Amino acid sequence: MLSRTANSLFWLFRYTERADFIARILDATVRLAALPTSYGERNEWESALEAAGSAEIFRQHYGAVTEDTVRDFLAFSPHNPSSIRNCLERARTNARAVRTALTLEMWETINGAWLELKRHRNAADMSREDFARFLEWVKSVSLDFDGSAYRTMLRNDAYYFTRLGVSIERADNTARILDVKYHVLLPPTERVGGSLDYFQWTTILREVQAHTAYHWVYRESVKPWLVADLLILNKQMPRSLACCYESLVRHLDLMSDLYGRRGPAQRHASDCAARLSSMRIEEVFGRGLHEWVTEFIIDNNKLGSAIAEQYLT
Amino acid sequence: MAAFDEMHGGQGPDACRAAYGKLKRWLDTTPRDVFDARRSQAELFFRRIGITFAVYGDAETTERLIPFDIIPRVITKPEWEKVETGLKQRVKALNLFLADLYGPQTALKAGIVPPELILKNEHYRLEMQGIAVPHGIYCHIAGIDLVRVDEDTFYVLEDNARTPSGVSYMLENREVMMRLFPELFAQHRVAPVENYPDALLATLRSVAPNSGKKDPTVALLTPGQFNSAYYEHSFLADQLGVELVEASDLFVREDRVYMRTTEGPKRLDVLYRRIDDDFLDPLAFRPDSVLGVPGLFSAYQAGNITLANAVGTGIADDKAVYTYMPEIIRFFLDEEPILKNVPTWRCREEEALRYVLDHLHELVVKEVNGSGGYGMLVGPHATKDQIETFRRKLKHDPAGFIAQPTLALSTCPTFVASGVAPRHVDLRPFVLSGADEIRVVPGGLTRVALKDGSLVVNSSQGGGTKDTWVLDG
Repeated sequence: MLSRTANSLFWLFRYTERADFIARILDATVRLAALPTSYGERNEWESALEAAGSAEIFRQHYGAVTEDTVRDFLAFSPHNPSSIRNCLERARTNARAVRTALTLEMWETINGAWLELKRHRNAADMSREDFARFLEWVKSVSLDFDGSAYRTMLRNDAYYFTRLGVSIERADNTARILDVKYHVLLPPTERVGGSLDYFQWTTILREVQAHTAYHWVYRESVKPWLVADLLILNKQMPRSLACCYESLVRHLDLMSDLYGRRGPAQRHASDCAARLSSMRIEEVFGRGLHEWVTEFIIDNNKLGSAIAEQYLT
Repeated sequence: MAAFDEMHGGQGPDACRAAYGKLKRWLDTTPRDVFDARRSQAELFFRRIGITFAVYGDAETTERLIPFDIIPRVITKPEWEKVETGLKQRVKALNLFLADLYGPQTALKAGIVPPELILKNEHYRLEMQGIAVPHGIYCHIAGIDLVRVDEDTFYVLEDNARTPSGVSYMLENREVMMRLFPELFAQHRVAPVENYPDALLATLRSVAPNSGKKDPTVALLTPGQFNSAYYEHSFLADQLGVELVEASDLFVREDRVYMRTTEGPKRLDVLYRRIDDDFLDPLAFRPDSVLGVPGLFSAYQAGNITLANAVGTGIADDKAVYTYMPEIIRFFLDEEPILKNVPTWRCREEEALRYVLDHLHELVVKEVNGSGGYGMLVGPHATKDQIETFRRKLKHDPAGFIAQPTLALSTCPTFVASGVAPRHVDLRPFVLSGADEIRVVPGGLTRVALKDGSLVVNSSQGGGTKDTWVLDG
């Protein structure tokens, strides 16, 4: 297939995945911000900005960090390259450029979303209820889109590139959430936090739709190191870094089978996957969660560059 | 001058031609709100699949829908068969003419067409003179615009021999009609059009350069997603199962054309290009073109790639050359034209010019090089000022114009604000010329002028489209 097509498919899926992620962060933040202030002084909206990785751009365009400004910035701002609006618009631009590589269902979903998005200009005239509905809608767009890809696409190289886009973006997003909350994810020898911490951990799980999964896997109350274990090392958890890398390795292998050639991208992904599967969570904490996650994000970006160099240009 | 109505047959509002019997009953018995509901469903469908076009110079909306009318146009099989035979004859002659023009020029030498009309024409490509194109075919895809004036007569209004568009509407219109009105399709035996992409692919593969390659690689070249017909380009590439390429996806090495793919360079044999000649190759044509592929024309001259349509076919859809089509058909095929031209005055001829100047208020005057309904005078609907402006233009450059009588384009029942009413229509069938055969799918794109009394069907000027049904038996 054309390198340009592969590139657009890859980014199309990164952007829809990212839109979903931002919607989940906003959703969780609304929930946390609704806790009574007796649970401690805090600004959840600040941490939402950091989780989204866009605090710096925010400061260039907005003043105070409030519910209104962050909502507007993360959901609608044209200045924020990762705002939900920008993600869906770029997804649609990429989709339109590779219309032929998509099934009709996929195109209808993303084009329909783009048309619907035009009705939502900014957050200012939205009630909390409207905004909650809007976030639900964004999540449903990503679900519909990914679901229609899963159900209708040929399992060929085009499909493999969509999986690479989803997995690499998802790994990045999961790592970012962990990094923002690393101060509450303490190792087992440390003092277990107060009730505010408990809510924050629970919220992390909720953000990534892993609350129930946690209880199924660990059958105990929410412990920070187990949250990290679930999101980093547990291969059964679709958001975990280990699971994302399993998928990256699988689809890169399928690609090399198809093309009859392995390259730096395959080597890079399998190295990283091997590290994740032989590692124990204690080692992560031994290294320092923040340090470990920072390195992971850099390494994940390197895989992105390797894929781009090998296939997308 | 009463127009021929394809449903009533010009016999008053209660009369009905046999072809329209079942459709008229349906129109008479269906409540209006059903039409309203179906029309919004159709619009929603088109919007969702993104079948839009861009209107140049329209800043308001970059992507717009072409209005779709839910009432189909009906043509009987015998009527269609005659049209089809006529189309094949015409396009065959057109290809022979082009091959002759860029080859021995016997038609010019025999005085069939005035040489100065060709050789000084901006659409004549000197670069093509003496080049043998693969299989001798120039115009692989032609869109021939027809208008109906009475029970028996279809006139050819113009030949689109460069990169005719609109076929995606023909296909999508049928798709949406089948979704909305399964009952009507059960009552009528409508000849399918869905095989158009297969016919197009077969045509394109048949004209690959003779390299002995069994499975030629075909791609569709688009100027990109900001082109007005981008939807159609992507739709067709999808239906054909070929890559939709932009210039940046292609490169030329040693006179061979390659695509950049995830598996490295891939050699290309046939390029269905939807870019004008001027922009194809900055080394051969316009040096400022960023849409083109450097070296493409050289690869073409070397016979390593087929371009569909060939470079230089524009000369065949020139409106002045059009007027000689009957003579061209007689000369190359030794047959009488089955489809007639609209009677036309060539203003380059002194006598014709005098007549045209005296009858401007009743004629349609067209610029020889205009397209899309621009640069045209419709005498009966023009103001005095407009007529005087055209009179000056004509005197200044008579050879730049042709004139035709104001045709009574046939009308078809159309669903408009006031209900079901007759509106003027034309028809663009698509004719595919391969090395093996000439293929035409039954019907084509019917365009309809939605404004009461209007004769301008162009989508850029408020025209809409309809599904076209050729009844099979």
